[in-house]
Order: sequence, then C-alpha cells, then structure tokens
Amino acid sequence: MIEIKNVRKSFNALEVLKGINLTVNKGEVVTIIGGSGSGKSTLLTCINGLEPINSGQITIDGTDVHAKGTDLNKLRRKVGIVFQQWNAFPHLTVLENVMLAPRKVLGLAKEKAEEIAVKQLTHVGLREKLSVYPNRMSGGQQQRMAIARALAMSPEYMLFDEVTSALDPMLVGEVLDTLKMLAEEGMTMICVTHEMAFARDVSDRVAFFHHGVMAEIGTPDQLFGAPQHPDTQAFLASVR
Amino acid sequence: MLNYTFHWNQAFKALPQMLDGAVVTLQIALLSMVLGLAIALALTAFRLSGNRILSGFATSWVEVARNTPALFQIYMAHFGLGNFGIHLSPYTALLIGIAFNNAGYLAENFRGALKAIPDTQARAGRSLGMTPIQAFRLIVLPQMLRVAFLPATNQMVWAILMTSLGVTVGMNTDLAGITQELNARSFRTFEFFALAAVIYYIIAKLVTLAARLVAARMFKY
Repeated sequence: MIEIKNVRKSFNALEVLKGINLTVNKGEVVTIIGGSGSGKSTLLTCINGLEPINSGQITIDGTDVHAKGTDLNKLRRKVGIVFQQWNAFPHLTVLENVMLAPRKVLGLAKEKAEEIAVKQLTHVGLREKLSVYPNRMSGGQQQRMAIARALAMSPEYMLFDEVTSALDPMLVGEVLDTLKMLAEEGMTMICVTHEMAFARDVSDRVAFFHHGVMAEIGTPDQLFGAPQHPDTQAFLASVR
Repeated sequence: MLNYTFHWNQAFKALPQMLDGAVVTLQIALLSMVLGLAIALALTAFRLSGNRILSGFATSWVEVARNTPALFQIYMAHFGLGNFGIHLSPYTALLIGIAFNNAGYLAENFRGALKAIPDTQARAGRSLGMTPIQAFRLIVLPQMLRVAFLPATNQMVWAILMTSLGVTVGMNTDLAGITQELNARSFRTFEFFALAAVIYYIIAKLVTLAARLVAARMFKY
C-alpha cells in the first residue's frame, strides 16, 4: 500500500504540490490526469524518493520513503518507474539493458538474470530484439524495453510517468496495450497520463490534479461521466 | 638551394639509430599518457568534489596547462625546478612536462564527455535501485569513455609530437634528440630532419589507426 499524506513540494519559490493525500491499495490501478505543471509527474518522483519533499509523508508498505534512515536503493527494488523519455542505456543491448539491474543490484547469477530478462522481454513483445542496441529500435520499442527493464526487478508497484507522451501517435497503442496487460495481471500501478481513453479503460480510480492540488478523485465513471469540480469539468471539456 | 647536393645515404645509414630513438619517443609518449590520464581522472574528481580548494587546484592546473606553451612547461620541469634544487634528468623533465600538459587537456576532455551524458541516464539507474557509484560506473562511465576516446587519441598524437621539444632541455636519446646530434655532426639538416619527420608521421598514423581499431571493438553501438 502506498500512502501519501499531506505532501508538499516546492522547487525554490514555486510550490508544485500543495498538500496531496492519496492512498493506493495493492492491486489497484490509479491514473492521474491534469494539465502541464499540475504536479503529477513530480508526485511520482517523490514516491520513489528521486525527489525530496518539503513536508508530509509518503509510506510504502509502512516504510517512510523520506525518513533519514530509509534505504532508498532497497526500496526502489519494489517500486519500478518508467519515464516519458525511456532512458535506454545506449551502450548495452536490449538484453543487457534488462539484465543489468537484476545482476548488479539483486546480485543474481548471469544465467538467472538472463532468464528473467528474456521472460520480461518476451512479455512485452521484444523477444526478437535481444541482441539489438536500443538506438536501432523505434521509440515505442524502446519504451517497452524500459518497461521490461523495470519489471525484471519484480517490483510490487509500478509508476508510469507519461510513458506515451514522447511517442509518435502510431506507436502509442503498443505501449498502452502493454500497460493494459500489466493492469489485467493485477500489478499495482500509478499512471500519469494524457490518454483519457486509456485512463477510462484501465483505472480503478482516476485523480485530477490542478495547480498542485488533487481537485477530484473517483471511479472513471464518476470522474469522466459526472465530474463535480469546475476545474475538472473545464479540463475534460478542453481535452475532448 | 640549387647548389645543394642531397646525401640521403648518410641519413639512411643512421636509420637504425633513429628507430632506436623512435622507441624512446613512443615510450615517453605512452608513459606521459598513462600519467596524464590518471591525473586527469583525479582532476575531474576534484572539480566535481564541491570542495573549493580541490576544485580551484584542478581548475588552475587545467588553465595553465592549456594556455601556456608546452615548451615552457617542459622548461619549467627541467630548469625551473632546478632553481629550487630539484634536478630532474632531461628524460624525467620531458615526461613530467608532457604529462602535465596531457592532464590539463584530458581533464577538460573528460568534463565535456561527462556533460554529454544526460542526467536522466544516472537517474534511470538510480530508479532501478543502483547506488550512485553503481550508476556512475555501470551507466555513465562507459558512455563517457566513448565520447572521450577520440579526443584522447588526438592528445596521444600530440604527446608524441611534443616529445621533440625535449631537445631544448638536453634530451638526446629520443628521435628528435638523436636527429639533432646527427645533424650537428654532419650538417645534413634537410635529410636527417626529413627522415625523422617521416618516422614521426608513420608513428602518429599507426597510433591513430590502432585507436580506431580499438574503438571499433569497444564501442559497438
């Protein structure tokens, strides 16, 4: 369970998160929608401790992410994140990209890491690309590789930060299908996205962020069918 | 010029001697690169350390090495230090002078290479549970080496050519030193220096070629 309690976060004078409260249960898929600069992506990087917070608390299965003694490297093994820019490691083949962290972070033997990597890459449809270097693949393929790379650590939670925003429209579908597959398999996920149809399809709950505040949260039917907050209504009207 | 009769035979007879000198030249250049690389790594770490004294020291080194003549740097190592009672042999002074120069250029090269790797690469590593050191060693460093490799090859060629400045501090066992001595005895300046130039050229080209072959094997992406 991920519990976010009254989290505030500023970059210098700019407050980007103004007291966020959100609890995500095991097996739940929560998507976060909202305009640019609403704080959605920042929240994700705060959840796995890549960004510090100014006040409030985030706990993952009871572990306080931002407490002093917390071993973030260990915590990050169970919280995978995939970014808008997939950040493939260009000097490694697809297989090596996915094997690297299981070998070096989890300390698995080469054969075991390879077995896991091949399994995850097959899962995201890249079985044919094992020995290819990332820059020989499309953005969609690289993004699926990044998903496999995160999954190879056997995370319990996955965070997806606008993973289709930097992709060609033609390639968005293949990545969203991968996310849907994960959701159906019961992965606990928080997805920041601009894909409204996707949010509607896969989410248990959808949250709408506006200027650093979570203005509204509810089931897809509630949020898309009968939005309560005027800002939600205005946002949904603008993206339709 | 029209009255000059070429005596290439004299030069060719001295070829074995000159090739012995070329070995010394290559040896100094290689040693100066090894030293230069090690110091450059340390200077790069100093510059990133956030410690004012260390980064100030490193920046001064880079500034002086890159903005003063290499000849002066070698002179200082020999005669300059001599004034303080530190007497280095021409060989050592030449080696230190060139290593000083190499370290400055290579440190700047490393800094540029480091800047060329986006922060998001290390971030991606950290998000997979790597420690900062793991992320640097496994993700940033290999990419950085690729960016820095070809400029470092240029520095190696430059180091080979810089060894010829050793004649000014009395170096007489490397290619330039031997050529200069042969010239002093025979006054066949054109022949000896032309032949020496050809040998420098061939060494420099071979080094570049070897570096390309290594790069092709090491950096496959």
